[in-house]
Amino acid sequence: METVVELRGVVAVLSSFPALAGIDLAVHRGEIVLLHGPNGAGKTSVLRVCAGLLPIERGEGSVMGVNLRTQRESVRERVGLLGHSNGLYLELTVAQNVAFWASAVGASAQEVALAMQQMKIDGRLTNVKASQLSAGQRRRCALASLMVRRASLWLLDEPHAGLDQEGRDELDAILRTAVMSGATVILASHETQRSRSLATRVITVDGGLISGSES
Amino acid sequence: MTTFQTAFEAKSKTTGTAASKKLGAATIVAVIFLVLSGLIFSAEDVVQGSTVRIMYVHVPSIWVAYLAFALTAIFSGVYLSNRSRSLIWDRLAGASAEIGVLFVAVSLVTGSLWGRLTWGTFWVWDARLTSTAFLFITYIGYLAVRRLGGTFRQRARRSSVMALLSVLEIPLVHFSVNLWRTLHQKASVADPNAKVSLDGLMLFTLFWGLISFTMLFAWLLVHRQRLMALEDAVQDRGLDRAIQQRRTEAGL
Amino acid sequence: MTTRLQTVRRVSWAVVCKDLRIEWNSKVLLNQVAPFSLVVMIMFAFALDNEGILQRVAPGLLWLATLFSMLIIVQRSFAVETADGALDALRVAGTEPLGIFIGKSLALMVQLFALELMLLAVALVLYTVEPTATGYAETFATMVVATVGLGFVGTLYGGLGAGARGRETLLPLLLLPAVAPVLIGATRATEAAFESGGAQSSQGWPWIGLLAVFAGVFGAVGALAFGPMIEE
Repeated sequence: METVVELRGVVAVLSSFPALAGIDLAVHRGEIVLLHGPNGAGKTSVLRVCAGLLPIERGEGSVMGVNLRTQRESVRERVGLLGHSNGLYLELTVAQNVAFWASAVGASAQEVALAMQQMKIDGRLTNVKASQLSAGQRRRCALASLMVRRASLWLLDEPHAGLDQEGRDELDAILRTAVMSGATVILASHETQRSRSLATRVITVDGGLISGSES
Repeated sequence: MTTFQTAFEAKSKTTGTAASKKLGAATIVAVIFLVLSGLIFSAEDVVQGSTVRIMYVHVPSIWVAYLAFALTAIFSGVYLSNRSRSLIWDRLAGASAEIGVLFVAVSLVTGSLWGRLTWGTFWVWDARLTSTAFLFITYIGYLAVRRLGGTFRQRARRSSVMALLSVLEIPLVHFSVNLWRTLHQKASVADPNAKVSLDGLMLFTLFWGLISFTMLFAWLLVHRQRLMALEDAVQDRGLDRAIQQRRTEAGL
Repeated sequence: MTTRLQTVRRVSWAVVCKDLRIEWNSKVLLNQVAPFSLVVMIMFAFALDNEGILQRVAPGLLWLATLFSMLIIVQRSFAVETADGALDALRVAGTEPLGIFIGKSLALMVQLFALELMLLAVALVLYTVEPTATGYAETFATMVVATVGLGFVGTLYGGLGAGARGRETLLPLLLLPAVAPVLIGATRATEAAFESGGAQSSQGWPWIGLLAVFAGVFGAVGALAFGPMIEE
């Protein structure tokens, strides 16, 4: 099976603190991998390393055949990251935010309309400023911006946070569709109950290392 | 761990090697000779009297500063173009800039003391003085960028781009300040060196000053770079310990 | 297939529209920066306290007020990018850094130019400056060329380690020495345009040339250095 993510003994440092302490991880195409573990275990750092945002200090890593040590910038076009923050411009309306991301990454107007419809932020909400949205609505907005990216590797950090029941179901459906069309998903979540049913593999992260794995 | 530790501590007692010790000794001799030649052997200037002796420190200082900043740019360029991204180039660039800032400060202070004695004022808005002051501020900014934090590679990348921007800034500032002083109003003072007619020994002393200050610079650069390497190693060792600690958190 | 040029054009257009729309929605320039620069202009009058001197140094004060306000606009321009991790998201999306640089520079230029026009009007009223028709032409030429340079250099330094701690306080130290040539050139050119201190209006054009060189150099360098600059 095609390996999408491969980390070997990766150490990543956040201003002299080793967030990842020599982690080994292999993720194959079509998997939905759930990372879980206590706060500060290093889940977010795994996602940021895979997105080419956080440099690798020691060890080796590659994502979709791209070496993370030497050319981590070039992996970025093909991954979509939903971090803790939503990457929204708080002074812009929902429609303006999604439209900006669409034109920045070169997506069409139809794709934008579809994504907004799927995340239920069309209609009344389109002309509301992002700063006035609830946490869940912002999350939906960020997910819509992510959907227009059509990434091959989805990296989601607490994607369910703030979403209502309906929103979670929609998100799960979207992720399943993405995987069906050939994408791979890694998500970090505390809500293990919920995500377990979605995930094909559950990995426990603790102290910057993998401490357990189950299928 | 223990072997690494002892090896590290044995090494850390000094940043000198046989070669740098020889260089250091030669520098001391050269500077002592410069002091004797500058203060005792060489004659007073016909016009300026003993004031002229400031020149033996002032001119070599600004020379070293220019040399240091040029090297900072070169080392930064090498760091960025070198595929291996060896951090030694980054440390050399940083060390060179630190020494450069020190020597610009020396030349600004000696220059204004000289100005006080000769022109009766510490400062004039002369093109050369103004752009030297800008040089000083620009590299203080560079050193501040080096201290922004992050990992070694983040520091190296950020500061080498900054160093290249700084060398670009200098000719622009220099050119515009020059234009300002010449187009706008005539410089109030003539070229300070023009008034001085140097005899053989004075010229030799000045030349000797350039040589001994360059040696001093080289010696400082070598040691500062090694000190920085040790600082980085200490931080690295801290990282080793932190990784160990973090692993025990995982209970593995 | 889209070429790199098309991508750059698309991204820069998206970014410039986005930045100006943010300003349109939030009105920070209008409600905060413009009044601030007005206060600065009035404080200069308090400090100098002499109408003759004010008239004489009006060009310098005009550009000083512009530079101080620019520091705020640049900080704001990158604060909106980091407030909710948008810059991270842009970087992850592999957005062409050159497009971001051009877009943010253009947005900064538009805002700066609007501010300069306002400050010019203030200077005409408060400092009793009366340029001739050619003087106005020269002033506008100076403003256009100086603003292009300031837009490039402001965006370049504003992006330095955007998100690194201590950046906000470091920006003035890095940016002000870098824009010294603009202060010198634009002030001299405006002096010539205002004919203040016995300057003649023809003396302004070499300075405008200097400003053009500055704009060209920082445009080219910014295009190369902005990518590494915003990288962690």
